[in-house]
Amino acid sequence: MSRYVVRRLLIAVPVIFGISLVLFTILALAPGDPFEELATNPNVPPEVRMHLRSQFGLDDPLPVRYTRWLTSMVRGDWGFSFASRVNVDTLIMQRLPTSLFVLGSAQLLGLLIALPIGTYSALRPYSVFDQVATTLAFVGFSLPTFFTGLVFILVFSIWLDWLPFIYRADIAATGWRWWWENARQAAMPVAVLGLFQGATLTRFVRSAVIDVIRLDYVNTARAKGLSEGVTVVKHVIRNALIPVVTLLALQIPGIFTGAVITEQIFRIPGIGSLLITSILANDTPVIMAITFVFSCLVVIFNLIADLLYGWLDPRIAFR
Amino acid sequence: MEERELRALIEEVRVGTLNRRRFVQTMVGLGLTAPLTAQMLSSAGVAHAQTKVQYAPTKRGGGGALKVLWWQSPTLLNPHFATGTKDQDGSRIFYEPLAAFDPDGNLVPILAAEIPSIQNGAVAKDGKSVTWKLNKNVVWHDGKPFTADDIVFNWEYAADAATAATTISSYKDIARIDKLDSHTVKLTFKNPTPFWADGFCGYRGMIIPKHVFEPFKGAKSREAPANVKPVGTGPYKYVDFKPGDIVRGELNANYHMPNRPHFDSIEMKGGGDAVSAGRAVVQTGEYDYAWNMQVEEEIMRRMEQGGKGKFETSPSGNIEHIQCNQTDPNKEVDGERSSLKAPHPFLTDPAVRQALSLLVDRHSVQEEIYGRGGQVTANFLNAPSKYASKANKAEFNVEKANQILEAAGWKKGADGIRAKGDKKLKMVYQTSINAPRQKTQAIVKQAAAKAGIELELKSITASVFFSSDAANPDIYSRFSTDIQMYTTTQASPDPQTFMEQFASWEAATKENKYQGRNITRWRNDEYDKLFRAAETELDPVKRAALFIRMNDMVIQNVVVVPVIWRTKVQAVSSRLRGVEISGWDNDTANLFNWFRA
Repeated sequence: MSRYVVRRLLIAVPVIFGISLVLFTILALAPGDPFEELATNPNVPPEVRMHLRSQFGLDDPLPVRYTRWLTSMVRGDWGFSFASRVNVDTLIMQRLPTSLFVLGSAQLLGLLIALPIGTYSALRPYSVFDQVATTLAFVGFSLPTFFTGLVFILVFSIWLDWLPFIYRADIAATGWRWWWENARQAAMPVAVLGLFQGATLTRFVRSAVIDVIRLDYVNTARAKGLSEGVTVVKHVIRNALIPVVTLLALQIPGIFTGAVITEQIFRIPGIGSLLITSILANDTPVIMAITFVFSCLVVIFNLIADLLYGWLDPRIAFR
Repeated sequence: MEERELRALIEEVRVGTLNRRRFVQTMVGLGLTAPLTAQMLSSAGVAHAQTKVQYAPTKRGGGGALKVLWWQSPTLLNPHFATGTKDQDGSRIFYEPLAAFDPDGNLVPILAAEIPSIQNGAVAKDGKSVTWKLNKNVVWHDGKPFTADDIVFNWEYAADAATAATTISSYKDIARIDKLDSHTVKLTFKNPTPFWADGFCGYRGMIIPKHVFEPFKGAKSREAPANVKPVGTGPYKYVDFKPGDIVRGELNANYHMPNRPHFDSIEMKGGGDAVSAGRAVVQTGEYDYAWNMQVEEEIMRRMEQGGKGKFETSPSGNIEHIQCNQTDPNKEVDGERSSLKAPHPFLTDPAVRQALSLLVDRHSVQEEIYGRGGQVTANFLNAPSKYASKANKAEFNVEKANQILEAAGWKKGADGIRAKGDKKLKMVYQTSINAPRQKTQAIVKQAAAKAGIELELKSITASVFFSSDAANPDIYSRFSTDIQMYTTTQASPDPQTFMEQFASWEAATKENKYQGRNITRWRNDEYDKLFRAAETELDPVKRAALFIRMNDMVIQNVVVVPVIWRTKVQAVSSRLRGVEISGWDNDTANLFNWFRA
C-alpha cells in the first residue's frame, strides 16, 4: 500500500510539471497584454507600458520566464497580480472562504437531495415516484446554471422582492442578523448549484443502488429475516455508495475553482470570478496560480479517490 | 395628432430616443412654429442643461450607507497606478485633486483655496508658470496636515520614470515646483503651457500623502502597503478593500467641507455585468448608483417603469467614428502593410471619401442602436461646447453620393460595383465584436451597396483588436483594412492630446511598433502647423478657433466619418440627490455632494 502511494506520488511530479509547462506556454502564446488598457489611453505614454513590462519581466524570453516562475513557485512565492500588484496568495485567500462556503453548501444540498430520492427511486423502479423524480432530475441537469440563476433572480428578487441578488462577502452586521443576511444572500446561488448537483447525483445514486439491490447477498440478507430498513441502509447503500464517494472526491477540486458562471451572475467574490476577471485582464500570474493549484488538486484527489476505493472495498488490491 | 401621441413624443425626447431637432422638425411639419415647439419641450421638463441640485443636509453624517455598483471593479487604489476608470473612481473615494472638472470642463476648487487665473495673477502671462494656493483646513485621514510638501512630492513621485506611474504625462513637463510657503506652490513648466490644469486636477491629479509614500518612490513603488490601503483627504476613510470585489469606506469626521459627507459609510461593489447592475438600482432598489450603463435603450425603458430609479446621461468627448486608411493595406513595403510609402489606391481620392461620409445614416444608428447612449454629430471634436464647430452637418444622402462618384469617373460595372480603370470600390470594414458595432456595420454596408461600393464586414474580438501586440495584424493600430470603426476617448476637457492623433509625426508605423496615435496615417502640413500653433497659443479664444479649424479639416477632408458622439449613462436611484457626473472627471468626483432625499 505505502509503496503504491509513493509510486503514485512520484508519477505525479512529472505530470504536474508537464501541466505547468503546457499552461504557461498556452498563456504566453495567447493574444493580449496585461497593460492593454494603457495602450489605448492617449494620456499614458508608451514608455510607461514598456517600463512596466520590463519591470514585471514580461519582455524576457519564454524559457527564462518559465524557469523564474517555476523556481519561485517551488519556494512558495506565487508572484503578484499585474492588475492589483497584490500577492497572488493574498488574493486567493481573500476569495477562498466564500467559494468554499457557497460550493460546500451547494454540494451538501445536492447530497441531501440525491441520497434519499435516488435510493427511494431505485427501491421502487418505474413507480410514479421514480418517474417523477427521474423527469425532474433530467430537467434539473439539462438546465444550465446561468439560466436557472436568472430565473431565480427574476422570481425571487424582481417579482417577489424577497432575496438580494448581489452577494457581499463582508456583511456589516453581527450575531443573528449576520447569519440571517448571509443565509438570505446565499439562498439563491446555493439553490442553483445544489439543485443542479442534486439532479446529477440522483441519477447516479439511483443506478448504483439498482445495480446493488439485485445482487444475491441482498436476497440472502432478506432471506435471513433482516428488516427492509436494515437491509437497505447496512447492506445496499453502503456498497452502492462506493462509486458515489469516488465521484464526490473527484469533484472536490472543483470547489476550489468555484463556479465561474454562477459567481458572475450573483457577483459572488469567489475564486471563479477572480479567475474570469484575471483572464479578461490577461493577469497571467493569477491565472497561472489558480489553474496550477487546480491541476494539482485534481491529481491529488484522483489518488485519494483511488485509495478511498480500496478502503471501502477491501477486495481491490494495490499493485 | 392627438394629445396622447404628442405626449409620447415629448417623453421620447426626454429619455433621448428621439432627438430634439427631429422633434422640432416633426412639429414644424405639423404647422407649429419652432419657438412654440421649444416651449412645449421646456414646459415638459426637457431643458437644454441640467439644473444643479442644492446640497440640503445641514449636518455631517446620518445618511446611512451609500451602496454603489461598478461592474468592473477597482483592482488597486493608488491613483498614480490606475490603469482604467475603475481604479481612478475607486481611488477618488479617498483621494482628491486640487481642483475637479465640472460637466462643462470648468475647474472647481477642492484642495485648492482658489482657482488660478490670469486675472488673479496666479497664471503667468507667458504661460510658463502657475501658482496654486492650497486649502489650509485639510488634514490627511491619519491626522497629519496637508501641505505644499505633498504637492512637490506628488510631482517627484509621478515624474520619476522608475515609478512607472500612469499619470507621468501630466507631470513630466513641469520643470520644477517651488514651495513659496507652507500652503503655496509655484509650478514652472518647461514650455509655455496653455493647459496648465493637467497635473493636480481631475482624475489624473489626485494627491497622495508624502509621509506615507516617501519610502516607496521609484522602483520600490509596487511594495507600498498604501497602494491598497489608501490614506487620503477625501470624504470617506479606508475600511476594507478586496481587489476586484469591494471597496468600503467610512465617514471622515475631519473632512474639510462643512456638513459633508452625508453618508456614514460607502460600499463600492464590483463584478457582474452592466444590465444586472442597472437592475439592482433601477428595478429592485438594492443599490443607489451604478456606473457605465452599456444597456440597450429598450431594456432601460422597461426597467424604469418601476419608478425606483432612472438612467441618466452626461456628455463626454468620446466619439465612435469610421477611419479611412490613407495607406494601402494590401501592399507590403519592407515587410509592412499600410505603410506610409504606399498610398491607398482609391481612398486617397477625395470623392470616394466624400461619398462614404454621405452613406453613413447616423440618425438611424442613433435611433435604432444607441438611444440615449449617443448623439448624432458631424464633428470629431464635440466637447466642451466651446470647441464644437458649427460648420459641418451630418448628412445621409445616397443620391448625392452616387452623383459625386459618377462625376469623379467611378462607373458602375455589370456587378453593380463602381470601378475606375483596374480599381474597384471594394473595401474591408473592420471593428471589434460588440453588438451595436455589428448593427452599425450592417446599416452602412446596406447604404454603400446602393451607391455601388461593396463593403466586406470583418469583426475582431475586442481583446485582440485593442491590444498592443505589434506582432498581430488584427490590432486596430496596424489598420490592415480599408476602413475601421471604434470609439476614441477624449480624456481631458482640453482637446490638445485628443487632436494630436491627426498630426503627421504621430503616424502609426512598424518603426514605432504601431504606437503612433495617427491611425489613419493622414498627413497634412497645414494641420501640423495649426497644431503646433495651438500648442503654444495662450489666448483661449484663438486657441479654441485653432482646434475648431483642425476639426473642420479632418471632417471636410473626410479623414474620419464621425458616427455617434457617445454619452456616459449611469443608473441613479430616485432617492439619491446631488449626483453631477462630469465627462471630464470621475463619477465619484463630487461624491461629497451626494445625499439621500
